[in-house]
Amino acid sequence: MPDSLLKVEGLSVEYRTQRGRLRAVKDVSFQLGKAETLGIVGESGSGKSTLGLSIIGLVPYPGRIVEGKVFLKGREISKLSKKEMRNLRATGACYVFQDPMTSLNPVKKIGDHFVEMVRTHQPKVTKKQALEIAAKLLTDVGIQSERINDYPHQLSGGMRQRVMIALAITLNPSIVVADEPTTALDVIVQAKILDLLNTLRDSYGMALILITHDLSIVLERSDKILVMYAGQVVEQAQSESLYEEPLHPYTKGLLKSIPNIELSDQKLEAIAGSPPDLLDMPVGCRFWPRCGFAFDRCRKEEPSLVKTGEEHLVRCFLYSGGGDKA
Amino acid sequence: MLAQIIPGLGSLARRRGMAGKLVLVGAIITGFVVVMTVLSPILAPYNPSKINVGRPLTAPNSQFPLGTDDVGRDMLSRVIAGGGIMLQVAIVSVFVCLLIGVPLGLFSSHTGGYVDRLISLIMDSIYAFPGIILAIAFSLVLGRGVVNMALSIAVVYVPSYFRMVRGQVLSIKELPYVEAATSIGAKKRTILGRYILPNVTPSVVCVATVNFADAILTAAGLTFIGLGVPVNVPDWGWDLTNGRRLLPGGSWWVIAFPGLMIILLALGFTLMGEGLTELLNPRLEQGGEK
Amino acid sequence: MLPLLRGRRQSVSSNNGDVLKVQQLKKYFPVEKSFLEKMLTRNRHFVKAVDDISFTVRKGEIFTLAGESGCGKTTTGKLVLRLITPTAGRIFLDGADITNLKSEALRTLRRKMQMIFQDPYASFNPRMRVETAVGHPLEVHGLAQGAEKRRRVIEILERVGLSPADKFMDLFPHQMSGGQRQRAAMARSIVTQPEFIVADEPVSMIDVSLRTAIIDLMLDLRKDLGLTYLFITHDLAIAKYISDRIAIMYLGKIVELGDKEAIFSQPVHPYTKALLAAIPVPIPERKRKATELVGEVPSAINIPSGCRFHTRCRYCESACKEEEPELVEVAPGHFAACDNA
Repeated sequence: MPDSLLKVEGLSVEYRTQRGRLRAVKDVSFQLGKAETLGIVGESGSGKSTLGLSIIGLVPYPGRIVEGKVFLKGREISKLSKKEMRNLRATGACYVFQDPMTSLNPVKKIGDHFVEMVRTHQPKVTKKQALEIAAKLLTDVGIQSERINDYPHQLSGGMRQRVMIALAITLNPSIVVADEPTTALDVIVQAKILDLLNTLRDSYGMALILITHDLSIVLERSDKILVMYAGQVVEQAQSESLYEEPLHPYTKGLLKSIPNIELSDQKLEAIAGSPPDLLDMPVGCRFWPRCGFAFDRCRKEEPSLVKTGEEHLVRCFLYSGGGDKA
Repeated sequence: MLAQIIPGLGSLARRRGMAGKLVLVGAIITGFVVVMTVLSPILAPYNPSKINVGRPLTAPNSQFPLGTDDVGRDMLSRVIAGGGIMLQVAIVSVFVCLLIGVPLGLFSSHTGGYVDRLISLIMDSIYAFPGIILAIAFSLVLGRGVVNMALSIAVVYVPSYFRMVRGQVLSIKELPYVEAATSIGAKKRTILGRYILPNVTPSVVCVATVNFADAILTAAGLTFIGLGVPVNVPDWGWDLTNGRRLLPGGSWWVIAFPGLMIILLALGFTLMGEGLTELLNPRLEQGGEK
Repeated sequence: MLPLLRGRRQSVSSNNGDVLKVQQLKKYFPVEKSFLEKMLTRNRHFVKAVDDISFTVRKGEIFTLAGESGCGKTTTGKLVLRLITPTAGRIFLDGADITNLKSEALRTLRRKMQMIFQDPYASFNPRMRVETAVGHPLEVHGLAQGAEKRRRVIEILERVGLSPADKFMDLFPHQMSGGQRQRAAMARSIVTQPEFIVADEPVSMIDVSLRTAIIDLMLDLRKDLGLTYLFITHDLAIAKYISDRIAIMYLGKIVELGDKEAIFSQPVHPYTKALLAAIPVPIPERKRKATELVGEVPSAINIPSGCRFHTRCRYCESACKEEEPELVEVAPGHFAACDNA
């Protein structure tokens, strides 16, 4: 088992809103090693973005971490001060935001974004040196280095996303969290970006966390997968295990509902109902209203995560009789 | 039909949260002033225009809780009755603005082309003028009287309504649901009336309430410099002028209380406006994250 | 099933069962020039969103226009419904030329053809309740009033799965979830019993677990109501699931057209092949071929000479840069626009 670069234990994040307390993320634990890709997959309201953000301490107001710990290279980072967290952010873990259209400063040249990034964390570096670093990084991500002098609006969506990725790896972080890196992009560009992330991961030895709603991407590209539903991890496994032996009814449902281009005459099945309102959660297992296998216990108690195999965890009463509690 | 145009009204009363409270507070204040003014013949202890009901320039005391002015008029009665002119002016001017500004905005944005450019140009020119100066200019031309004052103020504010309506229509026209209405086969008139207008109305209501507050202040200003109101009608703005003159002599109560009332009324409307802005905008609750 | 919704409608067409026919359709959008540019230059630039396409949609089929963003598929959808006017070319609905129809005639036509939009939230008037919104088409075309209208709306809402209908009638759009809104949108589009529906990316903004349900609903409705669909999407996996025939578009032109099976198992055009290779397949450890495409999609204002795909094509030869290839039949019912295929 590779050394864990990132370790998350029992993480819970809560939002205080006008309408009440919202548990966006409840009790999430996992480990991630070098050059590994973790895919976090879920729909809207599943808490996946909140999870991604809270790993690097960027939980948006009015949310906050209420329980649990995050360890980066053995060091606990969940309780760091704002200043320490800032230092960490570029060098330890970096976040690539969802929307490349709005994440770049429209009045700053591309090169200047890099300069700002580098010099914030390493003030001794001169502007010239920073621009050289930028040029090399742009080439690494497949953009001509002359583009340093362009403004964001002069680049296409795919190129902007690549700039975001280049920015993220500037200071050699150990972890890159990419939140829906390809949602706004066309399928060919999407494939290129995902290829790029893999190449960078391998050459820099980073760990990659892919957050997306697209199960196909996650199955194709990750080593481990976290399936999230209504703020909880409902299944957690290596990709092959998840694909060959999906356990949780939600996972099974998802797998049956996504079209696979390599199959002919596929019969797709819909999952009944819709994701719950986070402020009005059903009692018991959060998935039971949509579950074809729900029985009495499901409606009253909330299941815990249970280990069913090597690194395969599932949150479902169908498996709770006789596995160790994880 | 009305329910369609202002659908939020019913639930307004039930709404909690900051916005609802703002509207409520604003409405109470405004309501209080309006009621007080309307009932002034009954409420006012003395005839507000009658001179020498008390010794001139007496400070607030038990007989005259707000004192008397330089010709012995009871300030309390003047304060109770003095809002009348201002309210009338504000109401008429907002009414005129709605009557002219809104249709003009609708027409201009709908027609487009050179007509739209021309009208916008005219409106922008008026808008560029400092409001009070323009109001003064028109006031001088039109003369005194409630209606004339109202018109002078209205001229200043029509461009605001025009711009708001035009801007809203132009942006709403591009929204998918307007396209959807076209694809259903609705007539242009129907689209304007049932799809575009109801979504423009909230903004207009908000402009109107702010406009109201501003009109009151402008009316006070006009009266302050001597334009607008016939001399003998009790009016806060008039008392401001008067009170200013008397202030160096130590008689602070002549300017203070009418001044406070003006601020209070303007505040009431502004609070309502702020609250309404928040309430009348539909909640943007998106279903998917994509 | 109530009589209203039963059975296919008699169509009076004598055009061999083609519901829609599009001939050499073009739509060019003029590029706005700044004042200075207007003074200094003569030439006008156009965004050639749709640049000479032709296809037919047969009765009862689901014909998909697929391609990446900017290829012109959405514009084509709007042209077909006459929400915008073509720059050139002809559009026939049920054999009737609707290319230049205006006002009243166009309005009445809309009873027969409807649209489902991509964004379920934005396609509804935020100030209209579901009952009013869904019932409005009936009102517009004088098909039902008052109690009868209400009855039909309830029936339609139940049909699309918004049950019990009473619960949904009084809701505003923001009070429903994305999936529910899209169902309401479908209700609105079928309430006048149209023949033809253009669905523009109907599930791309809906949660993944709900997409299948919406797609299945569309298929159901086709069966029960005899509908014909023009389906527009960038998601080829969904295209494969739902379509009968597919046309792949690139920069305003159709580069390949054929039966679903043909396109997916024997793609001819290099662009089609690249697209198919790029689609994520939900199988771990799958060995994927690295994408062979270079460069980015060119701007639609400056379309490359000859074959517009030549700038990115690994099979490009000198002839490709000069002559624009025609769409030719490479197998029965299968057309491709590539001279090197």
